[in-house]
Amino acid sequence: MYSSGRRMANTLFQKVWNAHAVRTLPSGQTQLFVGLHLIHEVTTPQAFDMLRQNGWRVAFPGRTFGTVDHIVPTRSRTRPFLDVMAEEMSASLERNCREFGINLWTAEEEDQGIVHVIGPELGLTQPGMTIACGDSHTSTHGALGAVAFGIGTSQVRDVLASQCLSLDPLKVRRIDVAGQLKPGVYAKDVILTIIRRLGVQGGVGFAYEYGGSTIDGMTIDERMTVCNMSIEGGARVGYVNPDETTFRFLRGRRFAPQGEAFDRAVAWWREIASDGNASYDDRVAFDASAIEPTVTWGINPGQSVGVTEPIAGDTRDEAFAFMGFAPGARVAGTKIDVAFIGSCTNGRLSDLEVAAAIVRGHKVAPHVQALIVPGSQAVRRAAEARGLHEVFIEAGFEWRGPGCSMCLGMNPDRLQGRQVCASSSNRNFKGRQGSPTGRTLLMSPAMVAAAAIAGEVVDVRTMMEPAHA
Amino acid sequence: MSADIRRISGRGLPLRGDDIDTDRIMPARFLVSVSFEGLERNVFIDERAANPAHAFNDARYRGAAILVVNANFGCGSSREHAPQGLSRSGIRAIVGESFSEIFQGNAAILGMPCFAAAHGDVERLQTLIEQSPDTLVSADVDAGVVTAGAVTFKTSLPPALRDAFLTGQWNPTAMLLDHFEKVHAVATRLPYISGF
Repeated sequence: MYSSGRRMANTLFQKVWNAHAVRTLPSGQTQLFVGLHLIHEVTTPQAFDMLRQNGWRVAFPGRTFGTVDHIVPTRSRTRPFLDVMAEEMSASLERNCREFGINLWTAEEEDQGIVHVIGPELGLTQPGMTIACGDSHTSTHGALGAVAFGIGTSQVRDVLASQCLSLDPLKVRRIDVAGQLKPGVYAKDVILTIIRRLGVQGGVGFAYEYGGSTIDGMTIDERMTVCNMSIEGGARVGYVNPDETTFRFLRGRRFAPQGEAFDRAVAWWREIASDGNASYDDRVAFDASAIEPTVTWGINPGQSVGVTEPIAGDTRDEAFAFMGFAPGARVAGTKIDVAFIGSCTNGRLSDLEVAAAIVRGHKVAPHVQALIVPGSQAVRRAAEARGLHEVFIEAGFEWRGPGCSMCLGMNPDRLQGRQVCASSSNRNFKGRQGSPTGRTLLMSPAMVAAAAIAGEVVDVRTMMEPAHA
Repeated sequence: MSADIRRISGRGLPLRGDDIDTDRIMPARFLVSVSFEGLERNVFIDERAANPAHAFNDARYRGAAILVVNANFGCGSSREHAPQGLSRSGIRAIVGESFSEIFQGNAAILGMPCFAAAHGDVERLQTLIEQSPDTLVSADVDAGVVTAGAVTFKTSLPPALRDAFLTGQWNPTAMLLDHFEKVHAVATRLPYISGF
């Protein structure tokens, strides 16, 4: 499809869409082939039931991979799980994968982890692919130049049965971030700032293409943090064009092309990137040097401020009453009860390294429960090989096993009552962390580490070595 | 092929507020299950407990078929459990200022259209229902017009979704399985499937 000599300048999104478009359905939607389907225990059991009810098979079992993450207890993964329903969900996924011939990494296996952490880690996620998963943070995989959609359970059924989705194409908004991030400012602050400016609904109907010198200079881990939260800005899809950083990241990973095939793959991956003269439906620019360590104060991820900046807003906004802030207040100085570092947003090795550098030689404040939850077994092993677990344990953090943990209240890790949590996760919705009245302050892992030690929200820069600050 | 959906009529349920996310509609603990059955009991359960005046607690709206919401309804998690819970509690269409894309797609595949309308029109409809809960609200898929008493306004549905409702093709699996040779043709020419 890309071999024709004359073609228009296109974005990666358009090229990937065209390469995967099967046909226009009678309804007018596009039938889009899904190159990689990732599944987990929460959004799939009903989909498999629907397959059985209709007598359908899985069309391409080799293109679906499963793991368990949302319900996995992070203290002990001894089977059966103590929670009877969690055990049933896990067992159900195991039965379904066995029946339909799908590759699955269970909680006992060494490649298990959060679905959006293990996909890239294993090299399953590759540039130019369409990816679908019954989880809105599937946009994470766009960090490697894939077009990745979060879908619902009925759509999981469709992908299982046909390896296709029925979708409308998206517009593309180019988001340029240029310049040098200040010390103490991270990818998390970049995406929180983008969402704050463009709004939690600003991305509806768009795929976000992130670029510019700041994004170009980011590692794949950092790009994943940015793409992960695209959906919090309303954009179902977010991506970064594949480049040398992407190719270096993928080389040698288990499911990445090997040997000469890798070089041929790189040639295709270069071709699939947006053309320099591609036109976009919208363009927005950000100055990286103006971004501050950012924290959310409200009940959606767009309600954020610089950590020492006063909160603006109308007191009638229910977020003020729920969170206990008043307009004009600052988040710095807010006492916390729980500190959580983990999730598909910030649960990778580099996140733990940044946090450990802040924590080293300090103690968690006595009134704070602090959790470190690696995003995958591989992250846990790599962190332990570097001795990071000892740094955290020595400081008073709990070193847990991989899973979604306290991001979402679907496993034993939950807030109690009105507890305040400094969290490296992605959503500060009411009730999100498992207590209907619990309060979430989203921030970077470095800021969470600093808050854990101080016992309250602080500007992480005040805790960094002068050489780094 | 499913039944065509041309018009939804029934009483309305006005739920005010922007950015109502799917965690609020269906808290995560109710996703720890292998079935969608019984989800109707858990719709907005924490919000209802915290606020006796919540619209879903209001007996005047019991049995409503059309939910009337504000901007960015259904944002956040892709959990189909949210529209499943609404649909199972009797909601057959949603009229609102705007919707999250994933929610709108999940609702469509259950045969529950999400009609987008201007802020002022939605507010007028919400006020009307609050004042006269027995008003019959009617949403016409083809014309995109919502009518309730003296209130009438134009809405929008993505054209492909509108056509899918009108022709009974809103549940796409069967269509996706037609002409399956074309699916194989696409798979075969994708470099990452052919081994580059």
